[in-house]
Order: sequence, then structure tokens, then C-alpha cells
Amino acid sequence: MNLIDFLRDPIIAISDWITNLFSNWGMATDWATFLLYLIGAAVLGISALLMTLFFIWAERKIIGRLQDRVGPNQIGPWGIFQSVADMVKIFIKEHIIPTGVDPIPYHLAPIVLVASVLMVWAIVPFSNTVYGSNLNVAVIFLLAVGGLGEVGVMMAGWGSNNKYALISAFRASAQMISYEVPMAIILLIPVLLSSSMSMNDIVNAQNIPYILVLPFGALIFFIASIAENGRAPFDLAEAESELVAGFNIEYSGLKFGMFYVADFLRAFTSALIFSTLFLGGWKGPGAEAIPVLGAFYLIAKSLIIWFLGVWIRGSFPRYRIDQMMNINWKFLTPISLVLFMLVILFSKLVEPVGQNMQYLVILIINLGLFFLSFRILNNQNKKKVVAEVGSRTRPVAKPDNLFSKDVSRG
Amino acid sequence: MLNQWLYIGIFVVISLALPAVAILLARILSPKKPNKIKNSAYECGMETYDKTWVQFRIQYYLYALVFLIFDVETVFLFPIAVAYNQATLFMVIEAIIFISILFGGFLYVWRKGALSWY
Repeated sequence: MNLIDFLRDPIIAISDWITNLFSNWGMATDWATFLLYLIGAAVLGISALLMTLFFIWAERKIIGRLQDRVGPNQIGPWGIFQSVADMVKIFIKEHIIPTGVDPIPYHLAPIVLVASVLMVWAIVPFSNTVYGSNLNVAVIFLLAVGGLGEVGVMMAGWGSNNKYALISAFRASAQMISYEVPMAIILLIPVLLSSSMSMNDIVNAQNIPYILVLPFGALIFFIASIAENGRAPFDLAEAESELVAGFNIEYSGLKFGMFYVADFLRAFTSALIFSTLFLGGWKGPGAEAIPVLGAFYLIAKSLIIWFLGVWIRGSFPRYRIDQMMNINWKFLTPISLVLFMLVILFSKLVEPVGQNMQYLVILIINLGLFFLSFRILNNQNKKKVVAEVGSRTRPVAKPDNLFSKDVSRG
Repeated sequence: MLNQWLYIGIFVVISLALPAVAILLARILSPKKPNKIKNSAYECGMETYDKTWVQFRIQYYLYALVFLIFDVETVFLFPIAVAYNQATLFMVIEAIIFISILFGGFLYVWRKGALSWY
């Protein structure tokens, strides 16, 4: 094997080398496979966790710049080793365990939360040869693992013997389960277009990235994934001004660090899933011949999506909880159901014409529904403003309210 | 196929083990100097009173119920989506009727006010 072949696909080359090594040692094939998977899983998990260090630094830096601050700038060039220093610090901090906690959920919660984020990495195809697992029900696995995160949040809130943590956990889990509904419904459409639930097949079927076919669906998915991650503008669970700090208030030391890691890693993981489902995953010019390029494309696409999320986090004010619930239940959910119904009906009607025609019809449905729904939304907003201007409904404030019309006239 | 499940199994164990090992390591490395005041619940900075595991609002329960219905429905819809290319128009219309029944239920829940936050 020469260097060029190795550089073209290093991961597979290394795994082949390990397999050869094991067979030379005279190990049974089953054991060799098991050990290979063990090594692969450990490497993937650890590298995902270590990547978090970079993401924490980058996000703090970007948010700092967006808010006209410098961000971390002390340790290393541009403060790049800030999160390493933070990690070392948090490793040797004392674990304060408050009296009266419910020990099992309290200690298990950070582990479950991090695991729920990490598990998603098992099904992401990084290139056409390198993937964790080509599971044939990967999409359902994705939803199931998403549910595990809510269990972690509930455990943290319930276990920590703190009313604010409990309220925050209820809020967070209500938010997360709510936004899982439009997400799951939109997930159906890539599955339908590629007629497979495996991530590898979904990527392989994307000759055109699905974002060009269903832009509105991708937008709904993006909003839902931001909300599911509990990031601003949907960071109700961590509303510092109302809930002290959220469901992780009673945690300290590395247990708190794990919540932090889960939060930042989840942002990138959902960007990874988004770019796999809608942006063509590892696909790009020359990616099939040179698998390394595929992994590079995937990371680049996910970084763009992740940056978009950070940008939104730095720019938007927080929603009120009723507004957030209304966005989901009264806008995203019905609109995504309608989108799904229209897509399955019309693309079946034009199926004899060919696949390109199907894509065109789905695109038209998407754009039409986008403009229609925002039209409806705008009209409702106008109505709301008209209803609120007349202060007749608030008689208490009327007599001494300097700003109401009657007083200024008199 | 079994190999893929094996990988998932290994990965689940690894991803639970990694944070657990890290926390255990930190537990060993970190100082342990508990005292009574430090270990009291922080809550919001004030002294805590009354029971913590309080009753919470029925609203959360309603959301959870509606979510459950939708999630089960999506699980039913995934086979339809996978088999979509082989389905005839009649089957697609059946699927649409299935979704519309659910949509009707959704509108009923909406009218009943279960989806508005008081």
C-alpha cells in the first residue's frame, strides 16, 4: 500500500491494517470484528467529546464578537486553549452534593444526557466508506435517542431537590417533546424521497440536496432542531432571570461540565444531522473517489449550519413560554402535517412523468405553503395589534393612565 | 445486519461509559471538604422551605398526551414513507385519510384549549 492510497481513505486503511493484525495473531473473525468495533466506537466517542472543546471556544468567541466583546483571548493565540484550561479546572473542582437529593437520578442525569447526544454519532455516515453503523432504522433510532435526552433533563430536575430545577425540567421537557413532533413529521419526507430509513441510503439518494427540493421542510426542521437543543431564542429552560440557572442549578464540578458539554455538542450534532438529511451529507465533487474529501465536505456543511445556529443565538431575544408553545403547536405542527399530506398526494399524482417532475412539484408545494403560511401569520399579527390598542379591556389602568386617549384629550 | 446492531450496542455502552469514567476520575481527583452549609440546597439563594417535589400543572400532562399521540402516529407513518414508491394512488389516499383523522383530533384538542398556555 502506498501513501496516496492511505491518504485517500486513512480510516479504512487503518481498520484494514488492524483486521490483518488480528488475523495474523490467529484471532477468530468474530472476536476481531468485535474488537475492531470497540476501537472504532471508542475513537469516535472520544473524538466527538474532544471536538466539543473546540466548539465551546469557537461559540464563545463568535458570540463575543457578535455582542461587540472580545471573547476568550488570554490563553494561546485568540484564546484557543481557553476551553482546555476550563476543562482542567473543572476536573479538579469539588463535587458538592446537596443534602436531600434523590441519588440515583441525580448522579445518572449528566451521564444519560451526554450519552443521548453521543449516540447520534453512531449512525452518521462520514464518507461513503466510513460510517459507524449502517442501521436500516436509523431515523427511528434518531428519534428514540432524542427522547433519551428528555429523560436526562427530567432526572436532573427531579433529582436535585430544588423547586426551580423542577420547574425548569418540566419546561425543558415540554419544549423538547413538543418540538419533536414537527421534526418527526418533516423527517418523513427525506425517508419518503429516498424510500429508506438508513442514513447511508438517504445520502446516496441525494443527487440533488433535499434542501433544494423541500426548502420549507428544511426550515421547519432547522427551527425545530434549534428549539429541541434548547438554545436561544428558545432557551426557556435556562432563563437565568426567571429560573436561577435551569435544571442544572444544583450540580457542580464535572457533573455541571457534562451538562455544558452535552449542550454544546448537541448544537453541532444537530447541524450534522441536518446536513446529512438535507445538504447531501458527504456528497460533493470528487467525494466518491476520495472518501477523505467526503468527510471534509460533511464537516464543512455542518460548520456552516452550526454557525447559523450560533448567529441566531447571538441575535434574537428570548421568546415567552406561551409564544414558544404556540409557535410549535399552532404553527409548525399543522403546517408540517399539511406539507406531508400535500407532498404524498401530488408527488404520487405526477409519478408517471418522472422523478424530476416529482421534485419540481414538491418544490412548488413547499414555496406555496411557505408564502401562504407567512401570509396567514402576518394577518393574524395585524389583528392582534388592533385588538390590543383599545385599552377598554383594562378598566383599572384607565383613570390615571397618562398615555390613554381620554386623559390626553381632557 | 447483525453487525450493525452490534456496533450500536457497543456504541451505546461506550457513550454511557465515557462520561461515567470522566465523572469518576474527577471525583477521585477533586478535593472533598463537605460541610453542612455548603451542602444545603442552593435553590435561589434564599433558605428553602416546604416540600420540593410539588404538584405541577396539568398543562404539561396535556402536552405530553398530545405528543404521545403524534409520536405513535409518526411511527405508523414511517412504513408508509418507506413503501411510498411501491404504493398505488389508492394507498396514498388511505394514508391521507389516516392523517386527516388525526388532524381532526388535533383541531378538536386545539378547540378545547389544551394547546394554549394559561
